Amino acid sequence: MVQKKSVEIMVGAFMAAGFVALFFLAMQVSNLSTASSGDGYEIKARFDNIGSLKSRSPVTMAGVKIGRVKEVSFDQTTYEAVVTLTIDDQYNAIPDDSFAKIFTAGLLGEQYVGIDPGGSDRFLKQGDGISMTQSALVLEEIVGQFLFSKAEEGARGE
Amino acid sequence: MSDTTQIEEPLVKIRGLTFRRGSRAIFDGIDIDIQRGKVTAIMGPSGTGKTTLLKLIGGQLRPDAGTIHVDGQDIHALNTRELYKLRMRMGMLFQSGALLTDISVFENVAYPIREHTDLPESMIRKLLLLKLEAVGLRGARDLMPSELSGGMARRVALARAMVLDPMMIMYDEPFTGQDPISMGVLVKLIRKLNDASRLSSIIVSHDVQETAQIADQIYVISNGRVIESGSPERIMNSELEWTDQFVHGHADGPVPFHYPAADLDEDLLSGSRMESSC
Amino acid sequence: MLEQLARLGRVGITFLKHLGRANLLLFNILSGVGEVLRRPRLLIAQIYSVGVLSVLIISVSGTFVGMVLGLQGYYILSQFGAEQTLGVMVSASLVRELGPVVAALLFAGRAGSALTAEIGLMKATEQLSGLEMMAVNPIRRVLTPRFFAGFISMPLLAALFGALGVLGGYFVGVGLLGVDDGAYWSQMQSKIDLNKDIYNGVIKSLVFGVVCSWIALFQGYDAVPTSEGVSRSTTRTVVHSSLAVLGLDFVLTALMFGE
Repeated sequence: MVQKKSVEIMVGAFMAAGFVALFFLAMQVSNLSTASSGDGYEIKARFDNIGSLKSRSPVTMAGVKIGRVKEVSFDQTTYEAVVTLTIDDQYNAIPDDSFAKIFTAGLLGEQYVGIDPGGSDRFLKQGDGISMTQSALVLEEIVGQFLFSKAEEGARGE
Repeated sequence: MSDTTQIEEPLVKIRGLTFRRGSRAIFDGIDIDIQRGKVTAIMGPSGTGKTTLLKLIGGQLRPDAGTIHVDGQDIHALNTRELYKLRMRMGMLFQSGALLTDISVFENVAYPIREHTDLPESMIRKLLLLKLEAVGLRGARDLMPSELSGGMARRVALARAMVLDPMMIMYDEPFTGQDPISMGVLVKLIRKLNDASRLSSIIVSHDVQETAQIADQIYVISNGRVIESGSPERIMNSELEWTDQFVHGHADGPVPFHYPAADLDEDLLSGSRMESSC
Repeated sequence: MLEQLARLGRVGITFLKHLGRANLLLFNILSGVGEVLRRPRLLIAQIYSVGVLSVLIISVSGTFVGMVLGLQGYYILSQFGAEQTLGVMVSASLVRELGPVVAALLFAGRAGSALTAEIGLMKATEQLSGLEMMAVNPIRRVLTPRFFAGFISMPLLAALFGALGVLGGYFVGVGLLGVDDGAYWSQMQSKIDLNKDIYNGVIKSLVFGVVCSWIALFQGYDAVPTSEGVSRSTTRTVVHSSLAVLGLDFVLTALMFGE
């Protein structure tokens, strides 16, 4: 009888440890805890080109993460990318003339949205849009422009 | 008493039983009757499929032809549920005992009761102690099967086989590999249990002396056929050359000492040829 | 030529026969699910022998695999100045691949071979026949609880492996090699996705649990009931399970991460 009990205790401990491990993986390792999908307000920003920005990419201000990209869609009438950002509720004092740019973390890293604050004393709230944006730098375009300008220079110099 | 049982329908009625393994016929149209309340022995040399016969009676194997009726029911026409119900009334003692190695003697014997009934624990205990007492192992109830000697394991298995008060018990080689004492114990037990609980017993064995002591009826099978049947006295004093050899253990006779082979001289010569070619 | 063709045909027929018997057995095992629910005690006893007894080897291997990943990952990543992403590398490889796969391989070696040997010996010592003659269905009583024990234990063992691996990587990376503590976790959290990575890892280990238990039980149940037959079946269990796990892992990875 005693032995049966200890088997049950061991099995219970094993299953508890297994679930704790799963919980650990879900909470500590994955982005579940930082997703915080519910608590935040949404703003929209339009970009000519978002590069490889994806949903769940971070949104930062002065390098501090303040939210995430909720979804990326395409507006067929203006041919622009519409990016919905979810900003955490605690950051509720972002001027409504702020500037949204798409940056790349490191040379080959992931892209994220950076917001530069404007000077207005009215703040962004749920459903607002950011009008001033700067598109992602697409490496091929930069290289292309560089080569083009060099070629022009060379032609003028002759 | 013996007159009335003669008139009764036999408990197990085997008719025209044929069973093949591959192309080899293990049984080729045999007829056997197992009478109620008697000890019936089925004898034959090793490899004649005696265990197979028990498995056929228990419905674990299907025959290629012929029928087996147990207590009036055609075993191989039953569906699984009916077959399991019938098996609850059959006990079987396996050669190895077939005790479950991970539970104690007590739990092993209790297993069929716990499986098939909802008896309260106190009742199971009483019943079990009685059954273990009958095989003389009440004191060994807390041992594990690995701590038992071969003879004790067989007695535990016997207690388990009869714990549900079956109508018949099948013994698969009960005497093989036992020392003379436990052999004697088993011989006595089988007879005693058969008479005390009005069981019917089927013993499959090649141990002639022990089996002849307790059997009421003996069938001798060889090469898939029943060669002879009758009372132990008749079998022991058989006129048939084959039975005589089997019963008295002559080294040579109708069953040759030599496995079929080519001529010895030829074999020796061909052997040396093989060696040189290697 | 014809002889070769016939041999190929024989191999094919044998294979199909095995597959058919294995499927029939699986069907019979699954049909015993009601019995397991009615007697959870049977299941608990088997989770003990299949799961609890595998915890030690799984934990130790998980920790060491994580530590090795931390070490190797650091040396490679630091060449690109990207040692901050060590956490991502360690956790991604553990959660997606190594956790389910290595845990399943260890499971096949530790629990699967034990299952095969146990069932094979029960068959050889006529215990299965004995149960049948006691009007107890040996498949439902003996095999079904073991099957579900494997099914339940496998994902838990894989999670344990993964979690301890991540901690092992943390110990080496942050504790010994000086990767930033915050970077290890935050990089990991921003790159590992609950659905894509962890959920898929759990699905993988569930599939492996089914396959490993199935193979082990089939090999045991189908074993030739002699000591040689049981030992050969035990070997086959480990070989077949390992091959099945590795093959299935490729298929599952292609399906999950392919698009």
